[in-house]
Amino acid sequence: MKNVTLRMAWRNLWRHGKRTWLTVGAMIFSNTLLVFSISLQFGSYDMMINNSLQAFSGHIQLQHPRYLKQPKMRYAVPAINARAQGLREQLGMSAISARATGFALASSEERSYGLQIIGVDANHEPLVSTLPGLVKRGRYLQAEAVEEIVIGSVLARNLKVEIGDELTFIGSGFDDSFAAGVVRVVGIFESGISDLDRSMAQVNLGYFQDVFAMQGQGHSIVIRARHIEDVDPLMSSLSITTANLDNLAVRHWDELQPGLRQAIQADMTSAWFMYIVLIVLVAFSVLNTQLMSVLERTREFGTMMALGLKPARLARLIMLETGLMTGLGLIIGIGIGALLTGYLSVVGFSYPGMAEMADKFNLPDHMYPTISTLSLILGPGIVALGSLLAAIYPALRLNRLRPIEAMRAV
Amino acid sequence: MAVFRLNFNTLLTLSWRNLWRNYRRTGIMLGAIAIGVWAMIFMTALMRGMVDDMLNQGIRNLPGHIQIQHPDFLDDPNVVNSIAEPSGELLLVLKQSGTKRWATRIKVAAVIASERETRGINLLGIEPDAEADISGLPALISEGRFLETNQDKGIVIGAKLAERLETRLGKRVVVMSQDPDNNLSERGFRIVGIYRAKMPGLEEFNVYTARDTLQQLLHIEGRVSQIILVDEDYREIEPLYEKISQATPPGLDTRTWYQIDSYLAAMFNMMDGFVLVWVVIIFLALSFGLVNTLVMAIFERIREIGLIQALGMRPALIVYQILLESLLLLLIGLAIGNSLAVATVKPLESGLDISIVAEGMAMMGVSSMLYPNLTLYDMVLANSVVIILGILTSILPAWRAASLDPVRALNTN
Repeated sequence: MKNVTLRMAWRNLWRHGKRTWLTVGAMIFSNTLLVFSISLQFGSYDMMINNSLQAFSGHIQLQHPRYLKQPKMRYAVPAINARAQGLREQLGMSAISARATGFALASSEERSYGLQIIGVDANHEPLVSTLPGLVKRGRYLQAEAVEEIVIGSVLARNLKVEIGDELTFIGSGFDDSFAAGVVRVVGIFESGISDLDRSMAQVNLGYFQDVFAMQGQGHSIVIRARHIEDVDPLMSSLSITTANLDNLAVRHWDELQPGLRQAIQADMTSAWFMYIVLIVLVAFSVLNTQLMSVLERTREFGTMMALGLKPARLARLIMLETGLMTGLGLIIGIGIGALLTGYLSVVGFSYPGMAEMADKFNLPDHMYPTISTLSLILGPGIVALGSLLAAIYPALRLNRLRPIEAMRAV
Repeated sequence: MAVFRLNFNTLLTLSWRNLWRNYRRTGIMLGAIAIGVWAMIFMTALMRGMVDDMLNQGIRNLPGHIQIQHPDFLDDPNVVNSIAEPSGELLLVLKQSGTKRWATRIKVAAVIASERETRGINLLGIEPDAEADISGLPALISEGRFLETNQDKGIVIGAKLAERLETRLGKRVVVMSQDPDNNLSERGFRIVGIYRAKMPGLEEFNVYTARDTLQQLLHIEGRVSQIILVDEDYREIEPLYEKISQATPPGLDTRTWYQIDSYLAAMFNMMDGFVLVWVVIIFLALSFGLVNTLVMAIFERIREIGLIQALGMRPALIVYQILLESLLLLLIGLAIGNSLAVATVKPLESGLDISIVAEGMAMMGVSSMLYPNLTLYDMVLANSVVIILGILTSILPAWRAASLDPVRALNTN
């Protein structure tokens, strides 16, 4: 019997082929657009997160509990090297590195600029940050070497220094003492992230601790997860273990870079506003079509009811018709959407002005949408749901149908 | 055969009545058009508001609509790339030209130290009088006072920097920077004012002193980094730019805001395109329903159309009648959609608090209050797109209805 309903539903659809195609067309249009723009969104969010986090801040950091709000030298983590080593053994991963951070005024022969100076563990730093790999001239720091410094490209240009030149820096140390040193520029990195290129410099942690009187302390232990999905499980295992170790705060990347999560949220909100408008318009289209098709068939339905069909069965028929229409829109829409997106994910695309915008969010100047099951299904799935919801009203109207009156209807 | 003549009024009545023969279908379609038009205008007003804010903030941070500086200054903002204070013809033009607002300023990298902390900053030496129009800073002072004269000995810092430095109003800080000979100059300043910027990031970096005081500190008497001009409207600065760049002595670089900040320029240029794309996408989603409605309305009336054709109504009139029907539908939908949009945007014009994503918005260069901007241009654009494209998509069904063969049409059931 089920088969009969299905066949009836299918044939009913093609009684007005043009109307059905127009309704399905609205779905295909929206689905294609949704597949494309959701894939694009997901792709660019992933890229934004990865590019911003991998460059420097890492996925998770362990810090003094007050350091996040007030990044001051005195909120330090004691015996930071041993602590980082302990974590590496305990978690069985090597992408964990200790850092210390200070501010100093650096002077070359000609120029002076304020900079952020980071003491890093040269052995492990390349595993948590892409910056060491982005050294374009010279080389990265050698482990244990003292009086070596790696600086950003814009900073190097502003200071007018080259590889091999000397820099003098002065700042204040942990105990408010005067911290000063003379270092040789061994490498210049170019990350494309203007904040880093403009104002950051790195020296070896041991040397930093000596100059700034840190006594073996540092400010953060940086952890880079293999995948962004690994961050949350890692967080929970860390908060269990470190809660027992004295009070260190475990910081998730969205605390370290709150702007990133919020920029994504803001973008999501405005994008979903647009998607919902599209989905509502499709739902209206379906409502129109199905309501009209129910009204047209009043006589026919009256006859069917007189023959003994229950209104519920007729309602199912309407829902089935809608379901078939939706299915058609879904398959064709996803198909076209996947083709279009797949093509653009290979060749990439760009529009005038995009390069300037992308730069603000650490994105390349061509966008490559990434297709995933979720990005294919999500939008069209909601369109289908909206369409089925829209068909409920016409279907329920059938309950009010009285066979005799209905058969007399025009 | 007598030609069936109809005047416009009759045609209008016919269309109007046809529209309400199937009030449910018309109602649903009106709903769809109204929602679509509402979404077009509402979303556009929000986007405009956001981009306007981005541009205003961005231009205030540059600052100014036009800057005159040493050709190397933008690349290398160092004290050695300074210029002489304006004189001669340039000074004359600055004073005479349409601008009401111009000032010189010094901008150098510096280090600021309190008793507890040291930070790298952007040190600005300004002429306090003009600052209200250039950066709007005086209005942002939350504690203490703004700088008063070009010789003021005080310093104004951001609230966030004060927190970082663990200092407060009335305390002293030491500022260090290099002079043109790369000697370190330093000097103590008393904090006379603290400001709160709309963009949290700036509070930490921009520190303000009086111009002459800073000239003394850096040993650059009579020299400045930039000359800043503000025109009435940042959109129309070409005439002023022409005049200024002609008067600028050779060796100096005159630039407009959009030449300096390519991100702002890109946003400014892309905005109209964004609006158009959004309006057209919504229209396309609507158009399926519109065509559907017309096709069905015609389908139901095939016999009727055949009959009036047989009675002598010219095909052109049938096309007109159907187009008029479509136009009426669109106009009513637009009226509802426009009123909805105005009704929803107006209450929001006092500002929409989006501080929940403040730091994300700051990345885009937007502050945490969003002021929707409903412009006539956008409303006209949305309405014309709907009417023009709406009529265009109606032509095909209408033309097909008019080219029916009356004999066949009359015999369909």
